[in-house]
Amino acid sequence: MMQRRDFLRLLGVGGGAVFASGLAGRALAEVGSNKKAGAYDDFYFVQLSDTHWGYKGPANPDAANTLKNAVAAVNALKTQPDFIVFTGDLTHTTDDAQERRRRLAEFRDIVSGLKVENVRFMPGEHDASLDNGAAYRELFGETHYAFDHKGVHFIVLDNVSDPGARIGDAQLEWMKADLSRQKKNAPIVVLTHRPLFDLAPQWDWATRDGAKAIEILMPYANVTVFYGHIHQEHHHRTEHIAHHSAKSLVFPLPAPGSQEKRTPLPWDSAAPNKGLGFREVEAEVEALRYRITELPVSAS
Amino acid sequence: MKTFWWAALGVGLSGICLGAALDVGKDAANEQVIQVTAQRFTFTPNEIVVKKGRPVVLEFSSLDFVHGFNIPSLKLRADLPPGQITRVRFTPDRVGEHPFVCDNFCGEGHEDMHGRIVVKE
Repeated sequence: MMQRRDFLRLLGVGGGAVFASGLAGRALAEVGSNKKAGAYDDFYFVQLSDTHWGYKGPANPDAANTLKNAVAAVNALKTQPDFIVFTGDLTHTTDDAQERRRRLAEFRDIVSGLKVENVRFMPGEHDASLDNGAAYRELFGETHYAFDHKGVHFIVLDNVSDPGARIGDAQLEWMKADLSRQKKNAPIVVLTHRPLFDLAPQWDWATRDGAKAIEILMPYANVTVFYGHIHQEHHHRTEHIAHHSAKSLVFPLPAPGSQEKRTPLPWDSAAPNKGLGFREVEAEVEALRYRITELPVSAS
Repeated sequence: MKTFWWAALGVGLSGICLGAALDVGKDAANEQVIQVTAQRFTFTPNEIVVKKGRPVVLEFSSLDFVHGFNIPSLKLRADLPPGQITRVRFTPDRVGEHPFVCDNFCGEGHEDMHGRIVVKE
């Protein structure tokens, strides 16, 4: 069993990371509750999100360095993850198609400095919504796909290539067919950009047909969703399905629905990178536990 | 569950109905007709004041993109294609405020494309 409890220091700021398996019963610990349910080996991966390469603005005056610092921070982890996933908004949007490709290529060049070679990507709306994912596909390949890692089945869903935030019936059918090959108790992780549930639709923090995806996932007992988009850590459940959003690597956003507009939180020069971060997610076989019940001497 | 308190009907020129039926002919003379322009990255006006109890027709003209108009609290939404008028009809029956948002990603200022409907006595 993997015993490491090597919490990350993010960009020199402590406490920036989430150790998801520490969320007892809520995060990846529940991907598979034991070996019998869906045998898998312990491993961990790193999730980075919303790097917005190309952003220039007051919400992060150091944006030209934040992604590079994050790459260095991941490379400095004592135990390297099995793989790394970027959950969208790799770049900041631009109307200029040539500039979009340039930003995507620069992003790709920077993250090629990661020691770990197994790196997974997906687009966010800033990368893909203005051209339906054309530039992204040229540089990174398909926007939705599935893969297996040490017994866990991963599904990458694209809910951004449609500017209306639809997954679309064709992709939903693909997911349904893909899942049909999995056992109902198989450990399944969905990676996507937008929340699949209506987190704050008044801020466009939703997927228009996300409920259809959740309905398809619902028969499967061990499903966890990791996403980005909202630039902060957030945890939610739709029945037994857990949804965990990640922090951003450019600027934090306010709590869902807490104010009229979703304007970035101001840069704090006294605490650079405050509110930014990435996470490691550890899939581990649940430790043997003992339930203790105290009883009186006499029956009552 | 909240009572759905607006009789809602959204009609584009294509004639697609989005909500519950409303006797448009009967209430036409009483309608509050408000023209709204959608353009990257604003609605104009972005604060729409309407009177309680009087039918409202929002007439959207989009100048540059298929923007979205979404009022989640009222479960009203429409796509706003350029080159046509898209009408959204409803009758407010309670004083209050309802934020709306463009929910079709339209570019760098998309996150700023907000507004609100204010219902007054």
